[in-house]
Amino acid sequence: MSADITITAETPRAPTLGRPIVRPQEPAVVAQTSPKVVIKDVRFYYKGYEALKGINLALQDKRVTAFIGPSGCGKSTLLRVLNRIYELYPGQRATGEVLVDGRNILDSGQDLNLLRAKIGMVFQKPTPFPMSIYDNIAFGIRLYERLSASELDERVEHALRRAALWDEVKDKLRQSGLSLSGGQQQRLCIARAVAVKPEILLLDEPASALDPISTQRVEELIAELKSDYCIAIVTHNMQQAARSSDYTAFMYLGELVEFGDTEAIFTHPREKRTEDYITGRFG
Amino acid sequence: MMGAAALYYRRRAVNGVYLTLSIAATLIGLLVLFLILWTLTANGLAALSTKLFTEMTPPPGARGGLANAIYGSVVMTAVATLVGTPIGVLTGTYLAEFGAGSRVAPVVRFVNDILLSAPSIIIGLFVYELLVVPMGKFSAWAGSAALAIIVIPVVVRTTEDMLRLVPGSLREAAIALGTPQWKVIVMVIYRAAVQGMLTGVMLAVARIAGETAPLLFTALNNQFWSVNMGAPMANLPVVIFQFALSPYADWQTLAWGGALLITVTILLLNILARFLASWSNRTP
Repeated sequence: MSADITITAETPRAPTLGRPIVRPQEPAVVAQTSPKVVIKDVRFYYKGYEALKGINLALQDKRVTAFIGPSGCGKSTLLRVLNRIYELYPGQRATGEVLVDGRNILDSGQDLNLLRAKIGMVFQKPTPFPMSIYDNIAFGIRLYERLSASELDERVEHALRRAALWDEVKDKLRQSGLSLSGGQQQRLCIARAVAVKPEILLLDEPASALDPISTQRVEELIAELKSDYCIAIVTHNMQQAARSSDYTAFMYLGELVEFGDTEAIFTHPREKRTEDYITGRFG
Repeated sequence: MMGAAALYYRRRAVNGVYLTLSIAATLIGLLVLFLILWTLTANGLAALSTKLFTEMTPPPGARGGLANAIYGSVVMTAVATLVGTPIGVLTGTYLAEFGAGSRVAPVVRFVNDILLSAPSIIIGLFVYELLVVPMGKFSAWAGSAALAIIVIPVVVRTTEDMLRLVPGSLREAAIALGTPQWKVIVMVIYRAAVQGMLTGVMLAVARIAGETAPLLFTALNNQFWSVNMGAPMANLPVVIFQFALSPYADWQTLAWGGALLITVTILLLNILARFLASWSNRTP
């Protein structure tokens, strides 16, 4: 266990240091945080190619962790390990440990559907299902719960409100989810992920296909959702990482180069490569 | 060295030649199609009357219609579609959704492609040996079986193609919610691909509605009204085949009428298939 303590110790606010973290500008409830996900020596292989070369880090609960780095460096791959969605494709495999609430989810005994119920994911391109806006949200809820029509209505409304979409769609819930604009579709997907009450949200470049206004709405949404979830976000947008995350991980060529407080990473990066990347010298 | 202007004129000339050839080729194809339709309509219209749908195929020299043949064609086509579609859809689903990385899938796909292009008379003979000989008689069941064997590869192929057109991101999104795979396929992927899959079924129906060879060896023909699936049953293609080759004017007229009927039905099915295919991916 000592290995992962040194990892989390890289982040000055990490609770493994044994002191409660209270940031004066935030309510105390939000400040209570603990590592929700601990990633230990995770390696990932596409056929013979090693795409992740031993990643160690921890994701804090009720915090946003951003993953930055040039294309192909393994950010998305790491996210895809966390809900084991890579298993859809033969020839892809991961080794190491990913502890979620202390349980290794890479264990072969892990029920994948339960895991994915607990860990929601939103993708780069909006992926509304070919059904009504209402059913897009209700689909996930129905997978796990038997609710009466009115309870279901309530849950759908709650999820849509949560994703700041309710006011725009409340009069056209029966219309196809595909009839919405790109930004609305992406918020619909976030609402869909939130509706099944996950504990962790994985966002894989959720705003990269969106216009600036939609991007801003999604970022506001992330800031809002942070109080309830452990959020991991992959982004190519430096400003977005700086604005919306608490911790930042810089990855390069399948390795975790630097991980720490977002503020620290962006103001005094310890590694030369991090500095070069965030100042735009490569990547 | 050619100057820029000379190059430009040469390209224009080449473009003109190929455009003319392409248009000419298109016109020849269309001309043949219109000649067929025109001949069919000119000769078939005379036979079109309510009697065509109400009276039985007559003996030579008497008046009659095609009611028994129309019924037979509709029933055998329907049975073949009902049997062939589920098998085809399930096989296509296997190939598209479960076949990746398996060694069986490429073999199934290859065999299916062979079946798709197998001459229909071979399929007729196959069912003759398989069902007609052991049962000791021609029957509508055997006819339906032969047609179903033609439906299957068409539906397998279109189903697989349509499911593959569904973006992987949609599959991943459904999986990421923790959806069991069968629900992903039935509730998300099928919904996204349903128009294309229906189009495939329509095309299969259009294909078997006009098949003669497999029925000659299986359902044969029947001069009388029969709803017994265990007995020979009249059907439009075989009746057309028999009547058109006969020396009797009445029979020939009926053959024209039947041919027009089949052609129009197939045309309508194809138009419906096109309409379904272009119908944008919307749910009410």
